[in-house]
Amino acid sequence: MSDALNIIQDPTLTYKQELLALARLGESTDDSLRYSDEYYEAKRKGALCDLNEGVMPYRPRYICPDYELLFKKGCEFLQLDPPKDLLEAVNVLEIFYCHVPSITSFPVYLGDLDKLLEPFVIKEDRAYAKKVLGLFLRNIDRVQTDSFVHADIGPEDSVTGRILLELTEEMQLAVPNLTLRYDPERTSDDFALACVKCMLKTAKPSFANHRMFVSEWGEKYAIASCYNGLSIGGGGFTLPRLRLYECALDAKSPDDFIERELPRHIDLQLEYMDKRVKFIVEQSSFFKTNFLVTEGFVKQENFTGMFGVVGLAECCNYLLGIEDKKKGFGMNREATELGIRIMKEIDRRVSEHEAPYCDAYGHRYRLHAQVGIDSDGMDDSPGTRIPIGVEPTMLEQLEVNEKFHPFFPTGTGDIFKFEETYIKTPEAILPIIKGSLANGLRYFSGYLENNDVVRVTGYLVKKSEIEKLRAKKQSLNNVTVFGMGAQDGGHALDRRVQHHEESSGK
Amino acid sequence: MPSTGAYSIMKKAPVNKIIQFSNVDGPGNRTAIFFQGCPFNCMFCHNPETIHMCSSCGLCVSKCPAGALAFDEGGKVVWDSGKCVQCDTCIKLCPHDASPRVTWMSVEEVLQQIRRCAPYIDGITCSGGECTLRSEFMTELFREVVRLGKTCLIDSNGSYDFEKDPALLEFSQGVMLDVKAAERSWSEKLISDPGDMVLKNLDYLKNIGKLYEVRTVILPGRDTENENTVRYVAEHIGDACFYKIIRYRPFGVRERFLKILGEEETDEAYAGRYASLARELGASKAYVV
Ligand code: SF4
Ligand code: SF4
Repeated sequence: MSDALNIIQDPTLTYKQELLALARLGESTDDSLRYSDEYYEAKRKGALCDLNEGVMPYRPRYICPDYELLFKKGCEFLQLDPPKDLLEAVNVLEIFYCHVPSITSFPVYLGDLDKLLEPFVIKEDRAYAKKVLGLFLRNIDRVQTDSFVHADIGPEDSVTGRILLELTEEMQLAVPNLTLRYDPERTSDDFALACVKCMLKTAKPSFANHRMFVSEWGEKYAIASCYNGLSIGGGGFTLPRLRLYECALDAKSPDDFIERELPRHIDLQLEYMDKRVKFIVEQSSFFKTNFLVTEGFVKQENFTGMFGVVGLAECCNYLLGIEDKKKGFGMNREATELGIRIMKEIDRRVSEHEAPYCDAYGHRYRLHAQVGIDSDGMDDSPGTRIPIGVEPTMLEQLEVNEKFHPFFPTGTGDIFKFEETYIKTPEAILPIIKGSLANGLRYFSGYLENNDVVRVTGYLVKKSEIEKLRAKKQSLNNVTVFGMGAQDGGHALDRRVQHHEESSGK
Repeated sequence: MPSTGAYSIMKKAPVNKIIQFSNVDGPGNRTAIFFQGCPFNCMFCHNPETIHMCSSCGLCVSKCPAGALAFDEGGKVVWDSGKCVQCDTCIKLCPHDASPRVTWMSVEEVLQQIRRCAPYIDGITCSGGECTLRSEFMTELFREVVRLGKTCLIDSNGSYDFEKDPALLEFSQGVMLDVKAAERSWSEKLISDPGDMVLKNLDYLKNIGKLYEVRTVILPGRDTENENTVRYVAEHIGDACFYKIIRYRPFGVRERFLKILGEEETDEAYAGRYASLARELGASKAYVV
């Protein structure tokens, strides 16, 4: 049976999902973008992974349009005037979103919704504004059917932010993903607490370390897709990843890995990125003719390449001969120190590399702790996370995270699952978030045990939708299938629960 | 005879456990320190292994599946936390309501753990067992914790004469006080103590503004006892502090007391009646947990 026929006959795919799968198949028929033999060999071994980005990139992977500009001057190509009231504003956005490409063909960044909409919202009666925003969210959930669709709010409190939280809680939707940009001086405790409450009930928003992101990107940064830091008016060209565990398999010792195998693999991934970035800029039509570029909603110089890594924990455990994960990375100082050494080396080598384009970042790529894909199974934990199932106490998990998060301007994060009593004590979670962000954590996600909407590795899915797929029914959301794979292969929903009776095991 | 353990002049206290992050031991996120030893013996105690000090009778040593228990040269039972797999075999079989899993810690050792938690917590709570058996230790600990900018709460059964210890209260934000029984005869049965000191503390702490909350456990079917206690507390505290109406839960309760108190947990509606009663009597901050 041909691959095309497989896709066409798959009962679990919606029409649009079939279309995207067929497009990908079509893309794979061209092989004019070639890499070195060493690259293919490393890819075959599983040490390098292109995240199925497709062999012929016809758009950057992630695109973060400048929606403020859209509201200021409208869009000629889409024949949209600057909106004059709330109804026009959400209508302009809904239309525009349908024309923002990405790796998934869905917009990965919907804008800083509270800032964009607040001037219109405050002119309306609150109940009416809430009704309009509710329909707006429903439109996003049913039209942009992919959990990597992401909206941002904060750092300040706002009427719009509050309404969005209320609706998020009432509607229990997996899309869009949502982030609060948290700044201790600009985000009030009251607003942050409202976000914690909403997070417990819906697994969102997550909390981004605003100051850390601003120090790397300036004020105009977006949190897109899972938790990716990118420039507004720019984005990410490409995101391949080193699968560090597989990279380490031929190393004879930690030193041998750091001196020989690691640099070799880093260079291969850089080769891949350079070629793709050049191809996207020079060969594909995106940066020449797409209206997003010609009308200035994105600028090519604001894009960068995202250098991804996964499986640091398994890599360190392997190099140190640690077989019992419970005594390995995250719980074991030596393994964690080795992890830091490895990350420093990756950081150094990548930042020494002169990347094509990426002008706004001094022609440099930026690191990304990739969140894992369903096929990773238990071999490579997401980014630098401690493997699921062996997490130490929450305090220890945070302390380890704080050491690694600063390495990743294009994104990293960890997820904490809270048991039921926390629904009554959200104020017990806020100090944990504040403390960890102040100590260097970049991105904090949480959810409550037994919720329907849960966070898998970075994106949200509904457990009830996973059950639909198991019953061989279709799920509107493109990502549900990844959630099922991550649950089966990576036990992604079995992470440690923060209990109210959690002993330090002194 | 097992004893509750006198305060050591070496300024160490027996710590049963430290919970780094707790959301149920006072407001916000708190580090909770549980001391070993309690002068009462409450029928519904959920962790009776914290009542007495280990007498080193040795019964549990050979039963430990992980080899975490042994005798030292002096014949004392010692526990190796590194080997322990937290199976609870030892505490379940201990006939003395004690635990071998106790560490004698100095103020500095406890502080080290608190400092690590400090960025993420609102404060600490000392609990037990009965933490006021270690009042001198606690005073020293609190002095340092307050310097870290964190608050200190005392979770107490009320057996300690707080009036005689202004230093302890000075550094503490307040006391979370258990009032289990208002009548002497019932108190003697339920907690093995007439409870006079508890009631004295209720008034004293309220008057000096150091009563953070009061808790009463509502037992299934004990209408009279429940009502007497709730009435007493509500009339005495008014709206001065929270009043937690706790539902009796049989989990962890010793076999012989289960026979008396029953295996049913108190249902929410029944407990709710007492919260309403308390509110009617002026304890406006009464609620069921
Ligand atoms: S814990 Fe109990 S059983 Fe074990 S030695 Fe001490 S008193 Fe004996
Ligand atoms: S809980 Fe007690 S019996 Fe079980 S391993 Fe630990 S010390 Fe041994």
